[in-house]
Amino acid sequence: MSDFTYRLLRTPQGVLGAAILVALGIVCTIGPAIAPADPEAMNVLGRFKPPGAQFLLGSDDFGRDMLSRLLVGARGTIPLALGATLLGTLAGAVIGTLSAYLGGRWDEAIMRTTDAVLAVPGLLLALLVANTLGKGSFNAMLAIAVAFAPGMARVTRSVALTVRRQDYVSAAIARGEGVAWVVFREMLPNVAAPVVVETTIRVAFAVMLFATLSFLGLGAQPPASEWGLMVAQARAFIHQAPWMIIAPGAAIALAAIGFNLFGDGLRDALNPRDAR
Amino acid sequence: MTTGWLIRRCLFVLYTMLIVSIVVFAITQILPADAAVTLLGENATPAALAALRARLHLDDPAWLQYWHWLSALALGDFGTSMRTGQAVGPVMFLALTRSLVLALCAIALMLLIAVPLGISAAVRRGGPIDLLAGVVSYLGVSLPEFVTGTVLLIIFADRLHWLPATGYVPLTDDAVEGVRHLVLPVLTVSLILIAHVSRMTRSEMIDVLHAEYVRAARLKGLSASQVLLRHALRNALLPVITIVALDIGYVLGGIIVVEEIFALPGIGRALIVAIETRDLPAIQAGALIMAGTYALANFLADIAYAVLDKRIRYE
Repeated sequence: MSDFTYRLLRTPQGVLGAAILVALGIVCTIGPAIAPADPEAMNVLGRFKPPGAQFLLGSDDFGRDMLSRLLVGARGTIPLALGATLLGTLAGAVIGTLSAYLGGRWDEAIMRTTDAVLAVPGLLLALLVANTLGKGSFNAMLAIAVAFAPGMARVTRSVALTVRRQDYVSAAIARGEGVAWVVFREMLPNVAAPVVVETTIRVAFAVMLFATLSFLGLGAQPPASEWGLMVAQARAFIHQAPWMIIAPGAAIALAAIGFNLFGDGLRDALNPRDAR
Repeated sequence: MTTGWLIRRCLFVLYTMLIVSIVVFAITQILPADAAVTLLGENATPAALAALRARLHLDDPAWLQYWHWLSALALGDFGTSMRTGQAVGPVMFLALTRSLVLALCAIALMLLIAVPLGISAAVRRGGPIDLLAGVVSYLGVSLPEFVTGTVLLIIFADRLHWLPATGYVPLTDDAVEGVRHLVLPVLTVSLILIAHVSRMTRSEMIDVLHAEYVRAARLKGLSASQVLLRHALRNALLPVITIVALDIGYVLGGIIVVEEIFALPGIGRALIVAIETRDLPAIQAGALIMAGTYALANFLADIAYAVLDKRIRYE
């Protein structure tokens, strides 16, 4: 493990990504405590103030401190993106592993159907599901999980097909274990490692997708300080207060860059020979 | 590429569309406990709900509803908009043509920038261009379209006044104004594509440059540019075709956001309007047409790949 950590932290991507993720983790846990002002406190005299001494990142149309809103808003964005990715990965992993275990016609049927569902662009699928479930952060999270599941099922299946041929799986089947046991206890744990890399990179996409759903009005609802929603609301003041858009936009980008860098570092660390 | 292979690919596209239609129908009409409530809102009167249910045949079993919808679709009838009372199909297809102009321009711009960028980065690994390509690819895949689009709008429309902020002018009406209105949306959509494709081109090129036949071509005494263009590029670009086809999914997603930001009346915006106004037939038609476009694009990419790659012989 220490060797693995060493390899991960040896690449510039790994170090930078890990640093950004640690910072995000800190903000998510103690964000409200380190916020310089109350994120909900309105201030009629302090509306549309550009970044400066009083408001480090400026203030919004209600005179609320942008920095404080961003720090608190991390909780409304990052954990939900993580949750969506984990749920989607889990569902996809179960489908993919089951498909590889069953093999033959079942595998063919499940995979063709997965391919067909993948023919619906991710954002569109998430949009439809979110629209059906109703507006809100939790539903947006479920929608992203649904959109991620088919892709993850594909990745997992290709890994699981290799695992399926291993002796310990044949042994479990020969012992007369049930489908659930073989899939959950024998196969899934061994499929995990490559899937983890794919998952990490997907979190970046989930952060962007979640913010996009909020931007389009289907995710977090006002007055939440979710980052995508903040950009959507700031569009009305594009001329007066561009910092209202740039600050949350940069926060989203930073989070996505962090997960992308970390995912790449992780991949290089897991396949040292493949590193370029 | 044989006829049999082509027929099988066509059948798979049809199967895909069938599954997609089931998915779209299931998500939009069956999943909500009561589509009538979804359409009319929580505060609708029971009488209004009952009337709508009867009009849309919502009390029929799900498979029968789907069958009615599908058989109308087969005849080219996408249904009637609940908002405007117009047929949804023609409206959506007109919007699709506007979106396709945007998408094709974005893909063209991407190819113009990403392929040379990826090649230069691969040829001079670790050099300044390689570093630039790396930064571009990280920024591109980490910036959602709604952030890039809004920031471009702030810079080029609001501050510099170089380009119009929103709106749409058909290219056939006024070519210059039409292009000026397209610049920012195209830039926004293409950034994520440039990021993906330049990265892919770079890593494929690095692989190919290490291959035996490239070494052989060098030893034969061909100049660097001859080796690059005649031997390496061709093989490096093959996987790029697949990536471009897969990225059309991102393009279609990006179009939804970009058309919303720049008030461009394409299919993405039509879909958002349909969602906001709970216009069920329009939502279904929009989603189905977008997914169909994606399936068709992937089909064309498969054919392009098979034509270009002489190694693949599908039996």
